[in-house]
Amino acid sequence: MAQELVLVVIKMIVVFAVALLIVAYLTYFERKIIGHMQLRLGPMRVGPHGLLQPIADGLKLFVKEDIVPHDSDRWTFYFAPILNLVCALVLLAVIPFSYNFMVTRLNIGVLYVLSLASVGTIALLLAGWSSGSKYPIMGGLRSAAQIFSYEIFLGFSIMGVLMISGSLDLVKIVEAQSKVWNIVYQPVAFVVYVIAALGELNRVPFDLPEAENELVAGFHTEYSGFKFAYFFLAEYANMIVVSCMAVILFLGGWKGPVLPGIVWFLIKMCAFFYFFIWVRATFPRYRYDQFMRIGWKIMLPIALANIVVTGVVMMLV
Amino acid sequence: MMEKGLMDKGSVEGQVTEDLMRDTLKTREMWLNMGPQHPSTHGVLRLILALEGERIVDTEIVIGYLHRGMEKLAEAKTYPQFLPYTDRLDYISSHAMNFGYVLAVEKLMGIEVPERAQYIRVMMAELTRISSHLIWLATHALDIGAMTVFLYCFREREMILDLFEMACGARLTTSYFRIGGVAHDLPDGFIEQAREFCKIFPKKAQDYDDLILKNRIWLSRTVNVAKISGEEGLNLGLTGPNIRGSGVYWDIRKDEPYSNYDKLDWEIAVEHGCDVYARYLVRLKEMRESCKIVSQCLDILEKLDGPVMAKVPKVIKPPEGEVYASVEAPKGELGFYIVSDGSPKPYRLKIRAPSFANLISVPTMVRGHMVADVIAVIGSIDVVLGEVDR
Repeated sequence: MAQELVLVVIKMIVVFAVALLIVAYLTYFERKIIGHMQLRLGPMRVGPHGLLQPIADGLKLFVKEDIVPHDSDRWTFYFAPILNLVCALVLLAVIPFSYNFMVTRLNIGVLYVLSLASVGTIALLLAGWSSGSKYPIMGGLRSAAQIFSYEIFLGFSIMGVLMISGSLDLVKIVEAQSKVWNIVYQPVAFVVYVIAALGELNRVPFDLPEAENELVAGFHTEYSGFKFAYFFLAEYANMIVVSCMAVILFLGGWKGPVLPGIVWFLIKMCAFFYFFIWVRATFPRYRYDQFMRIGWKIMLPIALANIVVTGVVMMLV
Repeated sequence: MMEKGLMDKGSVEGQVTEDLMRDTLKTREMWLNMGPQHPSTHGVLRLILALEGERIVDTEIVIGYLHRGMEKLAEAKTYPQFLPYTDRLDYISSHAMNFGYVLAVEKLMGIEVPERAQYIRVMMAELTRISSHLIWLATHALDIGAMTVFLYCFREREMILDLFEMACGARLTTSYFRIGGVAHDLPDGFIEQAREFCKIFPKKAQDYDDLILKNRIWLSRTVNVAKISGEEGLNLGLTGPNIRGSGVYWDIRKDEPYSNYDKLDWEIAVEHGCDVYARYLVRLKEMRESCKIVSQCLDILEKLDGPVMAKVPKVIKPPEGEVYASVEAPKGELGFYIVSDGSPKPYRLKIRAPSFANLISVPTMVRGHMVADVIAVIGSIDVVLGEVDR
């Protein structure tokens, strides 16, 4: 028993330490990749090719003055970034990086991820509300609107996969894809999932809650120092989770020839990061009413139709 | 108005809810201050928006944060001394600003500018137009979220600035034009380098088109946003690409030709969409037309020799009288109205700045739209605050 506990603790530390490191370096890679796409070099000054830049950024945020606006709701203001980061990090607990490398195996893994991801969005609403300033409130309201718009079709897009694999357990879902990846059976669901994921991550073209050019910095306008870093880390941690989920649900998880499972998993995950970064460098931003229209009038019917078609096909086959 | 949209007005419940809301909930629009320190207000523009949800009920423009009293300053400067001040009007298209000013003074004094200088001026003004439109496209796209276009545009603008630097040593505040001509002739190698630019530019412009011209998101953000009819636009004093986006054929270069524009072959860019997208198309086409003008000027300049400066008296003392001269600056009609009392300094100088006049149409354009559209509108009318505040 004690041995098991130690093992779990070690796994937790490894996963979270690696996750935080990846998160830090994800910002670096994003800046580098976007930089090269946009005829720039990205960070170059700190360390060789700017490799120490994320650490310098972290240190800078750590020593910055922690400003709390006068009109803010103090406790909520402190609570929101913590909630956001915690929600993002605990999601990693159930992600199976390979058949036997995960913190805990939960038989309702998908449900756990979906529900905690929604709680994370509430943190944005709290942050916007508690800042006591107008731009964050608008950012917060937008994120509230976004919860309704994307959570629903995100959930429905996964439904087809769940029907095929017949389980909410992430390991079983991957095992069910031993022969053919789910993306072959569920291409439509995959597209819907990716679009919903962009919404979930608040990234271009759906980065409405923090639309820099409209709302200054959206819900985190008033945040500074380490509280701001929490939001930042949470955003990138969410990126990892969303990419992991896509890999698990649609791309066969750790399945792949020759290389060990975890390597395959990381390769697929990185491909996803790259995709998100690529999208950011390419697309403009939707207006928030347009995003809502897309969610309710296009994505939701498509996702529902996909479930119906999947069900009918499964009955017949 | 989101709340109202959600309620079915036809139904009894909808009516009841609406009555309830009116009686019990006192709602009031939210006032949002946008600028002067805001990432998308292009300098120090300040807008006060009255919002109902995210929908705009009313807009007030507050200007003056960059006021330097240019027009008053002019009264204390001699005519050549005021020239560098014009660079600081629309500081991203200083050649065009110089052009307007020297034309007015020359008209007042009746100076004939040599042919070669005329073509150099036209070429510089058109290069300026391209660089100004590039900045506009860059920032407009950035405001709507397309970040890459921004850096692509700055790459080409850099080439133009290098040309400016070659010709006069300055990149931004050039002061290259003089009353009676230009400061000095083009240096060796300028024509080749300018030709290189004319060759590359159409291909690069294609890159911008590939990124956003038919992009669905771009279309949904710009088509049918901030419509303004040609008539309304004229009444509000819109000029330049903004009015041409509303289907009005009005370009001073064609309608009241100055310098050598009537000897060159080019077309006015006009679109009939009246919206943000139409204004975007107009400027895209204008950049290509300007590129055409520049290459024609280069052809002529290669063969044409001669002085670049007219015989101008040492002390510029225009005769008593008044004059108005206007040019088609990248933003619209730029006019200089000068009253002379026969002394070496203007008695009164008034600048008709295109951005100032264009800005006034913003409240009309954004009414009923959303906050995100305000950004698109400010981007689409292309204001430079140096010119608005003077």
